[in-house]
Amino acid sequence: MTEIRTGSGTGTEPIIEFADLRRSFVVRQKAGRVRRTKKIVHAVDGVSVRIGAGEACGYIGANGAGKSTTIKMITGILVPTSGTVRTCGLDPVPQRRVLAREIGVVFGQRSQLWWDLPLRDSFKILAAIHRLDPEAARERTDRLVDGLGIVDQLDTPVRQLSLGERMRGEVAAALVHSPRLLVLDEPTIGLDMISKERLRHFLITERAERGTTLLLTTHDMSDIERLCDRVLVVDHGRLVYDGTLPGLAQRVALQRVLVVDLWEPRPPLHLAEATHIGSEGDGVRQRLAFSPHDTTAARVLAEVSSQVEVRDLTLEEPAIEDIVRTLYHST
Amino acid sequence: MRTYFQLAAAGFHRYSTYRMAIAAGVITQSVFGFIRVSVMFAAVAAAGGELAGYDRQQASTYVWLGQALLAPVALFGWTELADRIKTGDIAVDLARPVDVQLSWWAADLGRAAFQLLTRGLAPLVIGAVTIGFALPGSWTAYPLGLVSVLLAVSLSFIIRFGVNLIAFWSLDIRGFIGLYLVIVAPFSGLYVPVHLFPDWLRTIAYATPFPSLLQFPIDVLSGRVLGVDALLVVAMQAGWLVLLVAVTRLLMARAALRLVVQGG
Amino acid sequence: MLLGSRIRSQTAYRTSFWLTVATSVGVGLIEFIEIYVILTNVPVFGGMTFAQAALVFALANMGFSFADMVFGQFDSMPSHLRLGRLEVMLVRPLPLIVQFVTADFQLRRLGRVAVGLVIMVLALGYLDLTPTPAVVYLLIITPFVGGAIYGALFVMAGGVQFFVIDGAEFTSAFVYGGSYAGQLPGSVLLEPVRILFTFVIPATATAYLPALIILDLPGPAFLPSWLGWFAPLFAVWAWVLALLAWRAGIRRFTGAGG
Repeated sequence: MTEIRTGSGTGTEPIIEFADLRRSFVVRQKAGRVRRTKKIVHAVDGVSVRIGAGEACGYIGANGAGKSTTIKMITGILVPTSGTVRTCGLDPVPQRRVLAREIGVVFGQRSQLWWDLPLRDSFKILAAIHRLDPEAARERTDRLVDGLGIVDQLDTPVRQLSLGERMRGEVAAALVHSPRLLVLDEPTIGLDMISKERLRHFLITERAERGTTLLLTTHDMSDIERLCDRVLVVDHGRLVYDGTLPGLAQRVALQRVLVVDLWEPRPPLHLAEATHIGSEGDGVRQRLAFSPHDTTAARVLAEVSSQVEVRDLTLEEPAIEDIVRTLYHST
Repeated sequence: MRTYFQLAAAGFHRYSTYRMAIAAGVITQSVFGFIRVSVMFAAVAAAGGELAGYDRQQASTYVWLGQALLAPVALFGWTELADRIKTGDIAVDLARPVDVQLSWWAADLGRAAFQLLTRGLAPLVIGAVTIGFALPGSWTAYPLGLVSVLLAVSLSFIIRFGVNLIAFWSLDIRGFIGLYLVIVAPFSGLYVPVHLFPDWLRTIAYATPFPSLLQFPIDVLSGRVLGVDALLVVAMQAGWLVLLVAVTRLLMARAALRLVVQGG
Repeated sequence: MLLGSRIRSQTAYRTSFWLTVATSVGVGLIEFIEIYVILTNVPVFGGMTFAQAALVFALANMGFSFADMVFGQFDSMPSHLRLGRLEVMLVRPLPLIVQFVTADFQLRRLGRVAVGLVIMVLALGYLDLTPTPAVVYLLIITPFVGGAIYGALFVMAGGVQFFVIDGAEFTSAFVYGGSYAGQLPGSVLLEPVRILFTFVIPATATAYLPALIILDLPGPAFLPSWLGWFAPLFAVWAWVLALLAWRAGIRRFTGAGG
């Protein structure tokens, strides 16, 4: 990961802070022909977090775990049932318009750009809405558009853009007014690898240069790996982990997999350091799982080499979906 | 044949789930009904008690039947087919072993049946209880009226179907739908009975299939036209139906061709 | 600026644009057909001659067209909600009502205003009224006050639609019902209907009541003609209701209503 300037750290007001945050919904369901039952769903069930300026947090969890609901409460769309939330020191729903100047939000599923107008116009309109100085706004837009690689798309109506182009446009739109906090709700969903990488790279640079705080919900673990230095895992409305990503991997202690390609088909290898979990091509490729807790990749490789000649190898990191899943099960 | 019956049942069932919409619809229909009754009463009164063959009671019948038939006949915009054409989903429909037009028709009949029972009966009840209206003079009005309503629903469907087909040729169909609504409403006798139109306007109206959508079923059902006259009216409806089915099938064939050429 | 670029983008869509202008002209004409047809059959309708009724129609129609142009978006709240537009608007530093007004400004709806204007001019020409200051004042201000009243109905509808999810048709009862009632001579309406559409949903105040004063006609039961001077008051009343409904609706959306 590139060098990241962390925020001013302790002593300054957190950018986002919620204490014992709760949000419940009443869900009406049909139970049988005519009757309706009411069920209370606790989307967010007592979560407390402090996020300081300049941090980059990933917010992950299964669908329905409460991610979007929390985002809505942070950004002023939804009111908590109980508990407090402060974003940039403001109470989001009552002070929604003041808050809107300080934060930028990117919704993965919804667009904040003007659908039938050229992309360029969306930026101009947003600059006017935020009452930015036109010169400064234009400069800022140019830099954003440049950094995100959408200069050629400026005159295309938004509805004709590809998903990747549109998402980059959304991020630019969210940053036009140089907010202190950027919230992204599933920004890389449906994007191709190149667009994803472009977006991530840009966010990293933006953060490094301006110290923008980042809050990101995503299903893509590589987003977290690339962008975030802090991970928050939610399950059924509760916070089940709050720390670093390596820490998470370690806590759940899943196995890494060494994939070796041999010169010729071989029966499954028997090893002390690792377990054979699969073969491909009749034994030409073999997958060996080991626990990073007990041994290292180097030792496993050494043992393998002592038995056969290795032609090529790959190391697979723990599938982070599995990490998260294991974490759910362990709590 | 069985498939179409199932499709109709599905159409029926689908609309039964929108309970709130039914209540809302009934309220709106009643409000409009009261306004329209006011208008007709004032017109009849100003004409000295009888206007173009309508007295007070008959005018009330006209209004409440109109409100009752409004939902089943579905005069107002319907773009489901056009939406499917725009997204390309229509290719899926065309690949199925059921005829596209007939399957949508069946579903629409199911819908109409449901709405006839709910939003059809409700205004009639409300009208009867509050203001009252005249009943037909002969029992033959009922079966013939039912046939007329069936033809009207089908005719309305075919027209809407045809308008939606335009989506194959033009991307933005909203303008056409809007134009369609503008033309259909008055000529179908929605606001004022077509019989009240000045001669020149009435001639134009009769040259269109639109009176067959609302005015004629109302006429037959209310007993305004009886016996042979009623049969003639129904025959005219049937004639328009046959003609427009032919036209839309032609359009469909050309549309399907266009789809194949474009590569879907 | 938003309006400017939106206007530009709409004129870019050639055929569709003119088609919808034609449609909105058509809509205006179609609504007039009813009055026209009736008055070809009877000499007076609701105590009004053709030209007089046409004046009422024109004033109300213009008012409604203005309202539709500015506040028309509020009528399709269910579809906005479904598309998630409200959430996007909540994170912008602008009042929500402003955002809805500018969301889909329809230049083409001016077509309908034009129809009303033409009819009004023709009716006035035929009526040959003396242009006293009172008459001129009322002629100018009524479409705008009418627009304000109908606008309030749109906003009210928007607010109500947060509570009645599938019931967008319910609000049609008072928005479009109000428009319908407002274009008619109020004396035509049956008394309960007349009261509903004057004191609850002030539709008759959008054109009929001021017209009574302009035309120097007596009002029917419950609707004395001097009420026509109070049209602005009716507008205020309508907006109070509208904003209450709107606030309630938004509070419901953000969960603040518990």
